[in-house]
Amino acid sequence: MTSILTNLFDGVAYGMLLFVLACGLAVTLGLMNFVNLAHGAFAMAGGYVCMVLVNRMGWPFFAALPLAFVSSAAIGIALERTLYRHLYARSHLDQVLFTIGLTFMSVAAVDYIQGSSRVFINLPAALQGQFDLFGVGIGRYRLMIIVICGLLTIGLQMVLAKTRFGSRLRAAVDDPRAASGLGINVPQVFAFTFAFGCGLAGLGGALSAEILGLDPYFPLKFMIYFLIVVTVGGSTSITGPFLASLLLGIGDVAGKYYVPKMGPFVIYTMMIVILIWRPNGLFGRTAAR
Amino acid sequence: MSASSDVGYHAQRQARWHYGEVAFWLIVLACGFAFPSRYLIMTDILRLALFAMSLDLILGYAGIVSLGHAAFFGVGAYAAGLLALHGIVNEPVLALIAAGLAAMVLGFATSFLVIRGVDLTRLMVTLGIALLLEALAERFSNITGGTDGLQGIEMQPILGAIPFDMFGKAGFFYSLTVLFLLFLFARRVVHSPFGLSLRAIKNNPLRAAAIGIPVNRRLVAIYTLAAFYAGVAGALFTQTTAIASLDVFAFERSADLMLVLVIGGTGYLYGGLIGAVIFRMLQEVFSTITPQYWQFWIGLVLVVIVLVGRQRLHRWVLYVPNLIIKQVAGRKAVVAVPESDA
Repeated sequence: MTSILTNLFDGVAYGMLLFVLACGLAVTLGLMNFVNLAHGAFAMAGGYVCMVLVNRMGWPFFAALPLAFVSSAAIGIALERTLYRHLYARSHLDQVLFTIGLTFMSVAAVDYIQGSSRVFINLPAALQGQFDLFGVGIGRYRLMIIVICGLLTIGLQMVLAKTRFGSRLRAAVDDPRAASGLGINVPQVFAFTFAFGCGLAGLGGALSAEILGLDPYFPLKFMIYFLIVVTVGGSTSITGPFLASLLLGIGDVAGKYYVPKMGPFVIYTMMIVILIWRPNGLFGRTAAR
Repeated sequence: MSASSDVGYHAQRQARWHYGEVAFWLIVLACGFAFPSRYLIMTDILRLALFAMSLDLILGYAGIVSLGHAAFFGVGAYAAGLLALHGIVNEPVLALIAAGLAAMVLGFATSFLVIRGVDLTRLMVTLGIALLLEALAERFSNITGGTDGLQGIEMQPILGAIPFDMFGKAGFFYSLTVLFLLFLFARRVVHSPFGLSLRAIKNNPLRAAAIGIPVNRRLVAIYTLAAFYAGVAGALFTQTTAIASLDVFAFERSADLMLVLVIGGTGYLYGGLIGAVIFRMLQEVFSTITPQYWQFWIGLVLVVIVLVGRQRLHRWVLYVPNLIIKQVAGRKAVVAVPESDA
C-alpha cells in the first residue's frame, strides 16, 4: 500500500515537472499552430545555466532558479523575434525541419561547451533525502517540485482566467483573426507568451536535472514526452495539458516500477492508443488546426 | 483537344524517359568503375538514396509527413540480419525480399493509424511507432543482441554465385541493381493513374474524395509500398555491412532522412538520389572539420534551407542548367522541379 502511495507521489512530482516543461509548447502549438520540436532545447539551456551558476559560481540553488527562467526566456524571445516569426505561415514540414535543425545545433553546441556527460546540480542539504509521512516515503526534492509546480500552475490558471492579458491570450487562441480584428496585438501576445513558455521550460529544465537527468541529448530524449503532453492534452486550455502531464507522469513511474520489463513501452502505447481513439487529444477540441 | 485527352497527353509526356535521366544513371554506373577505392561510401549513398526514395513516395507524392520512417528501415535491417544469422534464408536476394515484406506487413498494419488525423497526429504516431520498436528491440535483447547489435552475420554469395568481397565491389553493384530495379518500379507507379491520384490527394484530400478517389485506400497502399522500400534499404544495410544495431531505429536516422529529401527536393523521385549524394558529401566535409560536432553543421544546413525557402533554393540551383537548356534547345527547361509544398 505504502509503495503505491510513494509511487503515486513520485508520479505526481514527475507529472508536474513535465507540465512546467511542456506548457509553453502547448501555447506555441495552440496559439500559432507552430510545431516546435526545439522546445526541449530551451529547457536544457535553463538547466545548464542553473548548473553553471550553482556549481561553478557558488550561487544558492534557489537564487539560480529565477535566473534559469530569465535566461531561457531571453533566448526564447531573441529567437522568436529573429527566426521563428518568419515561419508561422509556413507548412508543418518546414517548421519540423527548422526546429529539428535548431535541436541538432543546440545538442552539438552544449556538447562542445560542456562535454557530453550527464551533469548534476549541487543541491542544498535541506532538499536531500526523504522523510516518512504516515509511513509513506516522501522525497524532499520531489515535495519541493510539487510545491513549486503546483503554485505555478495555480498562478498560470489565475493569470489566464482573471487578468486582461489572460483574456487576450484566450481570445487569440480561440480565433487569431477575430482577435486581431478586435485590436488585440496577436503577434505581441504571442511573442510574450512564447518567451514566458520558454522561461518556464528553462525553470523546468533546472528542476529536472535531478530527476530526469541533464545531458546534451536532453532535447532529443524528452521531445516525445513534451509532444505527448500537448497532443494528448490538447491545447485549448491549461487543464488539458496539466491532466495529461499527471497521467503521463504517474503512468511512466508506475510502468517503470511495476512492469520494468516493458520499459518506456507503456507510455508510447498509451499515446498511440489515445491518439487513435481521439486524434485531437483527450481533452481538447482542436489540438491542431 | 478535349480535356481528358489533354491530361493524358501531358501525363504521358511526363512519363517518358528524358535524356537527362538516362545520363544520370549512366553517370551513376560510371562512378562504380571510376572510383574503385570508394565502394563503401558509394554503397552507403545508394542505401540512403533508396531509403530517401521510400520517404519521397509518401511525403512527396502523398503528402504524409513522417518522423519515424526509420521504423521500417530497422525492421528490414533486423529481419535480414536474423534471417542470415540463423541460416533461415541464406540467399541474399530472397532474404532481401523477405525483409522488405516484413517491413511491408508492419507498414500495412500501422498505415491505418497513420492515415487518421492531421499532420501533427501523424508526426506523433510515426515517431511513436519508431520509438516503440526501438524500445522493443532493446527489451528483447536475446533476439536482437540489445545494444551490442547482431554480430557474426555472414553473408552467402548473391544468387549463389557472386560472393561479397571485402572491398565492397559486389555490395556496390548489388545495391545499385536493387536501387535501379526499385526505381523503375517506383517510376512506373508514380506515373500511373494511381500515382496521379496520389498527387490529387496530396493537393486536396477533400476534392480528391469528391471526384471518386478512395483516399484512405490509396494512402494505405502507398504507405505499405514505401514501407517495403524502406525495409529493403534496411536489409541492404545489414547485408552490405554485416551488422545491425539499435541505431537503425534512431530518431536521428529519420531526421537525417528528412534532410536528404529536403536537399534533393520532393516529388520527382530523383530528389532522394541527389540529396543522398550531397548529404553524404556534406557529412564527410563536416566530420573532417569537426569530427565530434558535425551534427551542429547539419542542423545549421537545415535551418538555413528552411529560412531561405526550399523552392527558392531549387530555383537558384536550376538557374544555370535551365539557362543552358533554353539557349541550346530553345525551349523551356526539362529539369524544372515539380515541387509543391509538402
